[in-house]
Formats: sequence, C-alpha cells, structure tokens
Amino acid sequence: MSGAPQGSPLFVERQTYRRRRLVDAARALPVLGLLLWLLPLLWAVPEEGPSASTTMIYIFSIWLGLPIVSGALVFAMRRLREPAVGDDT
Amino acid sequence: MTMLNALAAISILYVFFLFAVAFFAERAARRGRGNWLHTPIIYTLSLSIYCTAWTFYGAVGSAARNGFEYLTIYLGPSLVLIGWWWVLRKLVRIGRSQRITSVADLISSRYGKSNLLGVGVTLLAVVGTTPYIALQLQSVVLSVEVFSGAPDGMANNQPTALWVAVGLAIFTVIFGTRNLDANERHHGVVMAIAVEAIVKLAALLAVGIFVVWGISGGVGPVLDRIDASALGRWEVQGGRWAGLLFLSAAAFLCLPRMFQVMVVENDNDAQLRMAAWAFPLYLMLMSLFILPIAVVGLDVLPEGSNPDLFVLTVPLAFGQDGLAMLSFLGGFSSATSMVIVAAIALSTMVSNHIVMPLWLRFNETRVSVSGDVRNVVLVSRRVSIAGVLALGYLYYAQSGGGAALATIGLVAFTGVAQVLPALLGGIFWRGATRAGAFAGLTVGFLVWLYTLYLPSFGSGAFVPESWLETGPFGVMWLNPQALFGITGIDPLLHAVLWSFFLNTIAFFGVSLASFPSPLERLQGAQFVNVQQATGPRSWSQSGAQAEDLMVMAQRILGAADAQALFLREARRQGLDGHLPMTSPEFLEVLERELAGSVGAATAHAMIGQIVGGMSISVADLMAVADETAQMMETSARLEAQSRELTRTAAQLRAANDKLTRLSVQKDAFLSQISHELRTPMTSIRAFSEILRDTDGITREEQNRYASIIHDEAIRLTRLLDDLLDLSVLENGQVSLNIGQGVLSDVLDRAVAAALAHGDEQVLMIHRHRSREEVILNTDTERLSQVFINLIANARKYCDAGRPELSIHVEQIAGSVNVDFVDNGSGVAPEAQDVIFEKFARVSDQKAGGAGLGLAICRQIVSRLGGEISYLPGRGGAAFRVSLPLNQALAAQ
Repeated sequence: MSGAPQGSPLFVERQTYRRRRLVDAARALPVLGLLLWLLPLLWAVPEEGPSASTTMIYIFSIWLGLPIVSGALVFAMRRLREPAVGDDT
Repeated sequence: MTMLNALAAISILYVFFLFAVAFFAERAARRGRGNWLHTPIIYTLSLSIYCTAWTFYGAVGSAARNGFEYLTIYLGPSLVLIGWWWVLRKLVRIGRSQRITSVADLISSRYGKSNLLGVGVTLLAVVGTTPYIALQLQSVVLSVEVFSGAPDGMANNQPTALWVAVGLAIFTVIFGTRNLDANERHHGVVMAIAVEAIVKLAALLAVGIFVVWGISGGVGPVLDRIDASALGRWEVQGGRWAGLLFLSAAAFLCLPRMFQVMVVENDNDAQLRMAAWAFPLYLMLMSLFILPIAVVGLDVLPEGSNPDLFVLTVPLAFGQDGLAMLSFLGGFSSATSMVIVAAIALSTMVSNHIVMPLWLRFNETRVSVSGDVRNVVLVSRRVSIAGVLALGYLYYAQSGGGAALATIGLVAFTGVAQVLPALLGGIFWRGATRAGAFAGLTVGFLVWLYTLYLPSFGSGAFVPESWLETGPFGVMWLNPQALFGITGIDPLLHAVLWSFFLNTIAFFGVSLASFPSPLERLQGAQFVNVQQATGPRSWSQSGAQAEDLMVMAQRILGAADAQALFLREARRQGLDGHLPMTSPEFLEVLERELAGSVGAATAHAMIGQIVGGMSISVADLMAVADETAQMMETSARLEAQSRELTRTAAQLRAANDKLTRLSVQKDAFLSQISHELRTPMTSIRAFSEILRDTDGITREEQNRYASIIHDEAIRLTRLLDDLLDLSVLENGQVSLNIGQGVLSDVLDRAVAAALAHGDEQVLMIHRHRSREEVILNTDTERLSQVFINLIANARKYCDAGRPELSIHVEQIAGSVNVDFVDNGSGVAPEAQDVIFEKFARVSDQKAGGAGLGLAICRQIVSRLGGEISYLPGRGGAAFRVSLPLNQALAAQ
C-alpha cells in the first residue's frame, strides 16, 4: 500500500502545495510568453499583415504583462516562504 | 568645431565621473560598507550591458531596414529572465557554489576540469567577441563623426578609435584586475555599469519622448505616422522571427560578458528574483521608442542618411544639441560598458585557460618554490585585457569600419551561442561527457565558421564566389549557404539551423557513446544536483605539506587573505597552530578559493602539483569506496558486538539472579541441615542420657530407647551418605557398574522400594508395561536410585486429594524418555530452574529431606549420558528422564 517513496510524502500541507503551484506558474510563464509572441506570425496568413501599430500595441502589452505577472509570482513566493502566512485553514 | 570641443569636454568629464563612481564603490566595498552594492537593483541594471551600442544605434537602423525584426533581439532575453526558474536559477547557484569565473570555466569545470574544453570555449569567445568590440569602437567613431560633420574621414578618426580603446583598457585594468579573486566581484565596474545603464535608458527615452511628443504631437499621431510609413505593415519572415528569438535567448545565456554580470557577479538569489521582472521591463522601455524614431527619421531626414545614427541625427536636425549630446553619452555608455565587461570576461578566460596552464607547464616544479603566482596572474590578466582591446581595434582598423561590421552582431551571437548545448546539457543531464561537449563545440564552431562567419566577410574574401554559386569543387551539397542541397533559406537562419542541429546531434551522440572519467562523473553529479551539492569534490587523500600550500596560496590570494583562510581552517579543525591539516575537506576549500582566482582547472592542477595526485583516479575512488565499505563493515561489527554484549549482560543478570537465589537457599539449607542434624542428635543424646543415668529401666524401655537411638543414627547416616554421594558424583569420582537391564525391571524395583515404607500417603501409580520393554545398557542400580527419588518425591509432595503418578515411557530417535507426571499442583514457575540445584527445597512446610535428592538425580543421569528436566504445563509436577538408547542397542 505504500504509494509514495520514503521521505517524500504523497500529499503536502496547504502552504507547500501553494508554493509548488507558484513554481509551476513561474515555469509556465515563459512558455506562455513565447506562444503569445509567436502568435503574430499566424496573422499574416490570410492576406497582407495587420497594421504595424496594432502589432506594436499587442507585443508591448504582453511585454508589460509578463514582467508584472512574474513580479507578482516572485512576491507571492517570498510571502509564502515566511512562516505563519496564509495559514488560514 | 566648438560643438566637437564641447563633446570632447563632456565625454572626458563623463569618463572622470565614471572613474569616480567606480573608485568610491570600490572603496566602500573594501571598507565593508558596500551592502548597497549587492542590492538587486544594481544587479538588474548591470545586466543592461546586453544593450550595446549595436542595439542603442543599430536597433533603430535595423527597424528602419527590417521593421519589427529588431524586437526579437530583446524578446529572447526577456523570455529567458521570465523563465528564470528554469535555467538562470540553477546556473547562478552553480556559479556561486562552484566559484565559476567564466563560461569557459563552467564548461571546463563541469566536464572534469578539462582544460582542453576551456581553451576551446575561450577561443570561441575571443573569435566571437572581437568583432563585437570592433563594432563598439566603430559606433563611437561614427557618432563623433556626426558631430564633427566630416563623414568620410576614416583617416582622421582612426585616432579616436585608438584613444577610446586605450582609455577603456586603462579603466578596465584599474578596476577589473583590482581583486584577483573574481568571486570577490568587481564592485567598481558593476557600479559604473549600473550608472551607465541609467544614462543610456534615459538618453533613449529622452529621444523617444522628443520624437513622439516633440515632433509627431502625441501617441495617436505617431501611430498613424507608423501605419502610413513604409514600415506600416506587419511583415516579418516567420523563420527569422522565431530563429532570432531563439538565437538571442541562447546568446544571452552564453555571451561571455552576460555570463560575467549574470553569474559571476551574482551574490544571492534575491538579485535574480528582482531581475526576473525588472530586466524585461528595462528591455521593454529600451525598445519602446525604436520604431517611432526610425519612422520619423526616415520621414524627416534626407534620403540616404545612415539609419544607424538616427538617434543622434534626428535631434540634431531639429536643433536639439543638448538632447543629441545626451544621446551621444547614451551611445558612449553602451559601447564602453560592453567593452569593459567583455574585456574582463575574456581576459579572465584567456588568463585562466591559456596563459596560466602554459606558465604552469613551463614552471612545473616551481609552483611553491619560486615565481610569484599572484603577480603572474595579475600581469597575465592585464596583458589579456590590453590584448583583447588591441584585437578589437585591429579588427576595426582592418575591416575599414564599413557596413560589414554592422552585420557582424548576429554572426557573433551565433558563434558564441554554440556553447549552449554543452552548457544546458552540462547542468541538466548527468550523461553529458567531455568527449560529447568537445565534439558538439567543434562541430558547431566549424559549421558556423563555414556557413556564416567566413562568408560574412563578403563573397571572395575568404570563400571563393564560385563556392556560393555551385558549391566547393562543384559539390553542390557542400554549398556554405545551402548545405545538403537545401536552398532558399535565409543565410543566417540556415547557419543557425545547421550549426545548432549538428552541434546538438554531435554533443548528444558522442555523449551517449563515450564513457566519462570518474572526475567528470563527480562534477556532473555536483552540477546537475546543485541543490544538494557541497562543493567541487576531488581530493581523497594527500601527502601535501600544509606549508607548501600556504606558500602557494599566499602568492595567489595575497598574504593576509591566505593566512586568514588557513587560520580559519585550522580553528575549524580544532588545532592551535596556524597551519591546518591537509585533510580532503581543507583541500577542497582551498581549491575552491584558488579557483575563484585562477579558474577551476588551474587551481586543480596547482594543488595537484603539490599534493601529488594530479586528479582523482579510479584507484582513489576505489580507495574511497573501500574506506566506506570498511567503515560500514566496522560499524556492522560493532553493532553485532553491542548486540552480543546486551545479550551477555542479560544472561549475566539472569545468572546473578540465580546466584542470589541459590545463596539464599544455601543459607536456608544450612539452617535446615543444622536442624536436621540436630533433631536426631538431640534424640540420641536425650535417650542415651536416659539410658545412662536412669536406674531401674525396664528391658522393654531399654530396647525402645536403644532402637530410637538406632533409628536416629540411621537417619543421620543417610543424610551424610547423601551428602557424600553428591560430592562424589560432582567430583566425577563415581564408578559406574554398566550392565544390561530391562527398563520395566528397574521401574518395578524402584516402585517397590519407594512405596516400601508407605505409611504416609497412598500413591496410585499408572504404568504401560508394554512400552517398558526396553533394554538398557546402563548402571541399573544408579538409575533405580533416580527413579526411587522421583517416585518418593511424588509421594511426599503431591498435594492432590487422591495422589496419582503416571509413568510414561517413549522411544524417540535414539533415546528413551521416562516421564513421571503426578496430579498435584506442580512446581511454582519461579522455582522450576532451581529445583535441580543442591539444597533446593520446593516447599518449607513439608520438610521431608535435605533438598539433595534431585541434585543427586541430575548428577547421576548426566553421568549415565542422559538428562533430567522438569516439564512445565503438564497438569502437575512432571519430570522427564531422558536416556540415550544407542548405547543400549550397541550392547544388544
């Protein structure tokens, strides 16, 4: 009946779980960014490409959004590392 | 011309300002007040050396020529930092724990401290960086030309480039080789770079704001203007967009200068956590106004003006001299910061991987004897810096500063990024081997050289024109820009694709096929599992003299630092003196310290020369393994011993308990035997006195008294006989009369004898005669004595209302068991193990004998080769006499 290997529990407490999901998010973020930035390549398919200003606004919006999310993740991770925070169960 | 003078004055002032910043930062750090130098914001700003003059000026030019493509150069690094959790975090931790000094050091260290790989990466870095330095010099020259208004004066401007190169060399030598230990970090340089980062961002933003709000009249109009211009459509080649994104991300990790600021100068994880979000924002701001500047520049400046200089020429065209000056400083900052850091990074590599190993080879026996290593390292660093800058200058002078340089940026990126497979493979895959890394690097470098670098000088320069048309010697599939006959790919993309593809294949394939050396495997485990790693492990044992090591360490680290280190280690080992023992741990610490100064491979080699073992060998590993095995064996043995001791102690305790009980019994027996002896003696005395003193005793009375005296004397004799008997038996002096007899006869005799004076109780005896027909070859007299004793005991001690005794005879595997089981309450458990001892008496209330019977029985039975035991849990007192049968059979 022993599913988990010794030393690493199968289920972790709430705070550790949260922190791991934050790491997952931090890992997924660059993939998301890459996909979003490769997306304009598909726009040009139908006929001629969209206007430069639209593209520029699109690319720079992502460029602003990604660091903000990244910063928020970093901040959340640091907050979770401190004891007795988020211990609200 | 006044403009040019003002420019010169401002530049010189700016340079002095930078000197001052670097100087004060350096001094603050030395005085231990440099905590603010480690702040994440400084680290983040120092990363901005990624934005060189090539991007400061060239991005606008690129945007004017190719539209959006310039963005990829910034998007790639942004993704790398957003994804810091994947690669950078690990890279930075490895850099800190292994005291990595450069990208060449990382590769060399990971693959078994191989200097060959270090040299390879160093050469690659030099080849890839030199054109880049030339590009920076060119940008400064071009920007000065803009102000001097004499565009085609190459001859006039050669001195400018030379003076810039010399000035940068001086700055770099002063602040870049101040600390020998690269891991003590170049606070002055980093601080100056951080200031320059702010200057160039401010300059570019100022020009951008001027263009958007000053010229175009706001955000809306400028967007309209972009849409209306030649760049107004989103038209990029998908392949180039994705390819450049990948290329810039790869180069960001592998460029020597980026590695220097990102990994070597890194101090803690907090710095990286901030850079993860702040640096992408910085890059975003840097590229925000590029497109508007390009569009406006194309719009307002005359046809044919160099778009690379729009950042300067647009403000000048509108009479904004101050703004142009700021812009110049921005470009100047970009150029100088890049050159400084690149020179530091390259000089570290050249010095650690080329100069020092050569020096060591030619001075093999003198590491600790003569020659000041510290000075050699410093001089070699300084010479390397000068050499790197001289190379850059020569490259610039030779290339003539033409358009060829402008395209070299991406070419250099591609070359340097060839390290990527070995780098990522090294930190994520333990199976990566030195041979694989070497094969990958070589293949990647050659393919890059053939398909991109040499053709980049223009057809006919190094590569004959015919090769590009029909392939070398008419072999079409070797065409440098259409390998394997696949034509129609953009040349840059073609080179990126093939070089990385073949590089990775070679790296992976050879790694799979080869077998790493022990040191490689150790290092690989340390790098890949950096979270659990302790440090670069290598020294298994040593015959090194601490004094020799001290002499060498002083020469590299400096006397004070080396002494402090040795003292600290000695204290840690618990020694009083100044020299620690040359334990493997100490050697590891020392090697790591030295590695910070001269690189892992060199440090390893230097300690190796003194210690004796150049590197860890299989024999060493076996010794370590043996040692471990021995220790495990010893510990197992100790454990077994301790278990046995515990067992013995328990047995001793039991024995002690038994002894104590026996002693108590003995005391009790002594009083008992005194009593036993006294009672008949008293009767004998009393009646003999009566007989002597009383007159007129009748004959009848006389007879009665005499027979009492006689009886009591017999009792005494019996008691003494018993004691004598036991003592004889115990001393082994008894002689046995071995003869044949049938068990049933012996039992008959015993029962008859035991029940003969049956006046006390009636004992029922159950027997199975058919089983008793066993022929024994033994002393039947003695045996019957045992049986009599057991039956008499049952008669005396059985406390049942109708006492019964069953006698079972059973033959089992060569022996015969005779069980005597009565129906009483049996022997109490605590008494069971002492009843066979001398003087043992089961109960006091029925003081029938002296407690010698069973002891005598045991002695007899053991003389006869059998044993007697008590059988617990049989419903009453149960004794088993077990006799060997083989004797009996043999006798038949």
